[in-house]
Amino acid sequence: MEKTKNIKNKNSDKSILQNEGFQALLASLICILLGMFIGYIVLLFINPRGAFGAILAVAKNFFAYSSASLKLKYLGNTLVKTAPLLMCSLSVLFAYKVGLFNIGVAGQYVVGTCACLYAALSLHWHWLPCMLLAMIAGALWGVISGLLKSYCNVNEVISGIMLNWIGLYLTNMILAGVKEEASPYTFSLKSKGQKALLPQMGLNKLFPGNTYIGIALILSIIIAVVIWVLLEKTKLGYELKATGYNKNAAKYAGMAEKRNVILTLAIGGALAGLAASFLFQTGFEQWSTSQSSVPAMGFNGIAAAFLGGLNPIGTIFAAYFIQHITNGGANVDLKIYCSQISDLISALIVYLCGFVGLMKYFLKKGLSKKGGTQ
Amino acid sequence: MENTNLENSYAIEMLNITKRFPGIIANDNITLQLKKGEIHALLGENGAGKSTLMSVLFGLYQPEEGIIKKNGKEVKINNPNDANDLGIGMVHQHFKLVECFTVLDNIILGVEPNKMGFLQKSAARKKVLELSEHYGLKIDPDALIEDITVGMQQRTEILKMLYRDNEILIFDEPTAVLTPQEISELMQILKNLAKEGKSILFISHKLQEIMAVADRCSVLRKGKYIGTVNTKDTTMAELSSMMVGRDVNFHVEKKPATPGEDILKIENLTVASKVHNNNAVKNVSLNVRAGEIVCIAGIDGNGQTEFIHALSGLEPAVSGKITLCGEDISKASIRERSLKGMSHIPEDRHKHGLVLDYSLEDNLVLQRYFEPEFTDKLGFLKRDNIRTYAERLIDEYDVRSGQGASTITRSMSGGNQQKAIIAREIDKAPNLLIAVQPTRGLDVGAIEFIHKQLVAQRDAGKAVLLVSLELDEVMDVPDRILVMYEGEIVGELDPKTTTEEELGLYMAGAKRKEESE
Amino acid sequence: MLLLLQYTILFAAILTLVALGGCFSEHSGVINLGLEGIMVMGALGGALAMRFMSPNASAITIIVIVILASLAAGLIYSVLLAFACINLKADQTIIGTAMNMLGVAAATIIVKAINTASNPDDVSSNIEYGTQKKAFIVNINGFEFSWFMAIAVIALIAAYVVLYKTKFGLRLMACGEHPQAADSVGINVYLMRWAGVLISGVLGGLGGICYITAGVSEWKFECGVAGFGFLALAVMIFGQWKPTKIGLAALLFGLFRALSNVYAGIDFLKALNIPSGIYNMLPYLISLIVLAFTSGKSRAPKAEGIPYDKGTR
Repeated sequence: MEKTKNIKNKNSDKSILQNEGFQALLASLICILLGMFIGYIVLLFINPRGAFGAILAVAKNFFAYSSASLKLKYLGNTLVKTAPLLMCSLSVLFAYKVGLFNIGVAGQYVVGTCACLYAALSLHWHWLPCMLLAMIAGALWGVISGLLKSYCNVNEVISGIMLNWIGLYLTNMILAGVKEEASPYTFSLKSKGQKALLPQMGLNKLFPGNTYIGIALILSIIIAVVIWVLLEKTKLGYELKATGYNKNAAKYAGMAEKRNVILTLAIGGALAGLAASFLFQTGFEQWSTSQSSVPAMGFNGIAAAFLGGLNPIGTIFAAYFIQHITNGGANVDLKIYCSQISDLISALIVYLCGFVGLMKYFLKKGLSKKGGTQ
Repeated sequence: MENTNLENSYAIEMLNITKRFPGIIANDNITLQLKKGEIHALLGENGAGKSTLMSVLFGLYQPEEGIIKKNGKEVKINNPNDANDLGIGMVHQHFKLVECFTVLDNIILGVEPNKMGFLQKSAARKKVLELSEHYGLKIDPDALIEDITVGMQQRTEILKMLYRDNEILIFDEPTAVLTPQEISELMQILKNLAKEGKSILFISHKLQEIMAVADRCSVLRKGKYIGTVNTKDTTMAELSSMMVGRDVNFHVEKKPATPGEDILKIENLTVASKVHNNNAVKNVSLNVRAGEIVCIAGIDGNGQTEFIHALSGLEPAVSGKITLCGEDISKASIRERSLKGMSHIPEDRHKHGLVLDYSLEDNLVLQRYFEPEFTDKLGFLKRDNIRTYAERLIDEYDVRSGQGASTITRSMSGGNQQKAIIAREIDKAPNLLIAVQPTRGLDVGAIEFIHKQLVAQRDAGKAVLLVSLELDEVMDVPDRILVMYEGEIVGELDPKTTTEEELGLYMAGAKRKEESE
Repeated sequence: MLLLLQYTILFAAILTLVALGGCFSEHSGVINLGLEGIMVMGALGGALAMRFMSPNASAITIIVIVILASLAAGLIYSVLLAFACINLKADQTIIGTAMNMLGVAAATIIVKAINTASNPDDVSSNIEYGTQKKAFIVNINGFEFSWFMAIAVIALIAAYVVLYKTKFGLRLMACGEHPQAADSVGINVYLMRWAGVLISGVLGGLGGICYITAGVSEWKFECGVAGFGFLALAVMIFGQWKPTKIGLAALLFGLFRALSNVYAGIDFLKALNIPSGIYNMLPYLISLIVLAFTSGKSRAPKAEGIPYDKGTR
């Protein structure tokens, strides 16, 4: 027996890991650049006048403002929406690690909205119970998909889409009870649900004049780290990832794979519900009860999850980037283009993320070739 | 040396073929010459390069070096269509049949008779029925593939080649799925085909069959060409040492068994089928005692898989009672069964046995990760302990891999993957070890290793339940043989006194034990 | 009641077209989750054709040109799926999702850009095709027959014939069931899968234009097609990937979708006083329930969703 053969080399392990992280980062950057470039080409075809200006406006976002305090204020606004987006993308990421494509994140987010706004505006609850109720509602919506997947073999993508629309109409119906007389919008929290506003934790001093930023941002980053620890360091993470890679082997090893599917979608749903709480309990937006399409937040979450290389920490940055360009979209010259340019770019990025495996393959090939000649 | 006249009598020649894959030379300068009207065997272990060579001939791979000649003229085979145009047909080891199509549709697929794109099946049906009659290949052209027996599926594959008027017929391990009786039937078919002027390449690692049917035999070992011999002028011993490169003792050395008390007791187990409405396993009762190896023999698809799934808890049983070490585990979960001392080397190591994208160490703790040794009270994994444990198993069972414990399992060879599973399952110190086709697709060295491990477990007083399709394994390894046919145990045989013929009769359902026994 | 019948048939026609699209794609082995995006693009192509055509053109000219434009748009857009998933073996779920996002975003940008270019104050996302749309409709005693209904029936019959009676269909289905077997008898799996996806692009595009002309008012491109592509996939699953059953399933789903349009006009439903949200939810709810009961023993093509790689056989 050649025992020496099996003694592993810790250094070589590390360099490979570094390589993988580096490759993921590189792949994400390629996706961003290529996505923006293709977006630019598309705009050129539609209307060459101002195409570059539009892409620039999207990329600049708050940098477009001249004064430092305005820049800070609008950076704050971007961050306010980054927190819920990060939650949505963590929801997608978490499910994806377990082999599930949680396209239902949008619907889980919507019912979360319904729960926290109803609790805040009608029941006048305190912010924390409102937040918990949103999580529970989102989790419940996720569990429906999970049950259908585990026990009825219904593809979670299709059930997710159906639940998105059911959730939307349900939310519109329920929140119609707490809407303003003259508009389709729900009451503002400032007027009818003061107690439900999330605490600002002093962040309003950091971003002068921004009355929305607060605990949500801090919590969202903490949760991203917790998700990373959960997936990488714990027994539960080991089980869930095994289920994602090979659910037959997970079952063979005595893991409760049906329970894991349901649990995963429950956690994913809770994260999406939290996202809703993180946005609507800041008072930044009011829900429109005449909304006839599922909010883009969920789909942007998919973009951020893949752009972040399906790593919770990477997702923090990816979520910021996606929100950055989404906010930047509002700054384009509306005489030529519309704000959906940022949606176009995030869609292109998702499309390109479909090739990340291929990109990594070529990167690896390129790197190993270089290594060989040295 | 080369004689131009002689060359013309070759139907197909593959000269100095070299085919490389990343990190491996699958075929290294191999020459194979097939005479017209002969049955030519291609012998080699799993992984010797037989399948690659045939894929080259069939146009599925392009060789880096070497040429192919037909009737003395060089030809280029870029895809299966080219091969078909040259009259080369192949019955693959895993049949290439569309399960939800009929036999007829499968035969005409790719060469569909049509008018303006619309199928014209009646002429095709007539031709198929004629061929079927002429060569004695019984089929039902309108039956769906998923409904017919393996034997009939194989006849469909043969008719596929005949329908295309192929002259050169390749059979890749055609006997692996057949009963001894079906095998001898196939041998007769092969001889008939050769008599009609077809040239046949017969790929196998079973020496007996080669001696029985082939005119000549070429041997490959580890991608290299070893030589070609006339079967008349050689012996099985010579062929086997050509194949393995050393003298091998296929016989498993073991002391007589000293069975103790019942470890596993199964009473009236019935399991539903997933594909049809009948039960796949019907009223099976058996027992396995401490210190013995019991083998369930039978043709693939006679309920063994369903039986094992119900035994291990992967699928629920319809009825019946399973007792392990005196405890009723009929309703126990997979995890509970495992904790009560059941180990299971699964039939499909990629589907069930391993998480291929996990590292080797993570796979080695797949059955034990939750134990206090590997997980602390807060639910965090103890990575250092996992590493230490994995390295011990890797050492003890000689599992070889590129980067030791952190190797991604997908990148390991099949033999080493199987060794990892065996290490994991045996180290759990089970009372009952279930091994389902543990040597499938492995080379002789790995097979010997695994057989030794099974016998060692037996000698250590464990109960071993082996499920095997390989006749050699069935005859050599166990202390008792139970034959499963259409979901029932139809006979119990003693490997020391029975013969392959008798075993075959039971496997084919032609014979069954009398009720009084 | 006539109105209910009319809308049921119309929505069934849309669902049939799109579900058949999904059916061709899946029989070739590619799951097409991008049908929503394809529908939007097909709708865009058709709507643009209507906008730039004279309302005075003869009905038949309008019909032919609009249909050609929308199926061409769907076809071209489906190339994104085919190239990514067949040649580059990208993840079919991600690509499909991206195509749905991309379809709505790109169509909105294009429509808005066209509107603002002609009138700087016009930032709406709809295209005016009100008059041209009438070419598709023939009024028979109060029943508004749409030519799309006929097209759907033709597509249904054609799909049945192509799948079960032709060489092409046999080969296509072989690629979705067992691509290795198809390859071994010399069928070009990549080519057949391309064909399957492109056909789904054509049918999806047709379904898209049919969808937006079904509405009373002009369609806002921002809204996408409200999950119709996925409803069509539900119809396909319920129809067990078989054209005839897909036709029947589409009628059932069409009925529930039509209810939400016309319930206000049916006295006894109006009397029940159910909020409109419930009717809006109905098609999705029904499809969820139907899927829960029918997905158990699915007859999906065995190799669908698995990229074919010549190397691994």
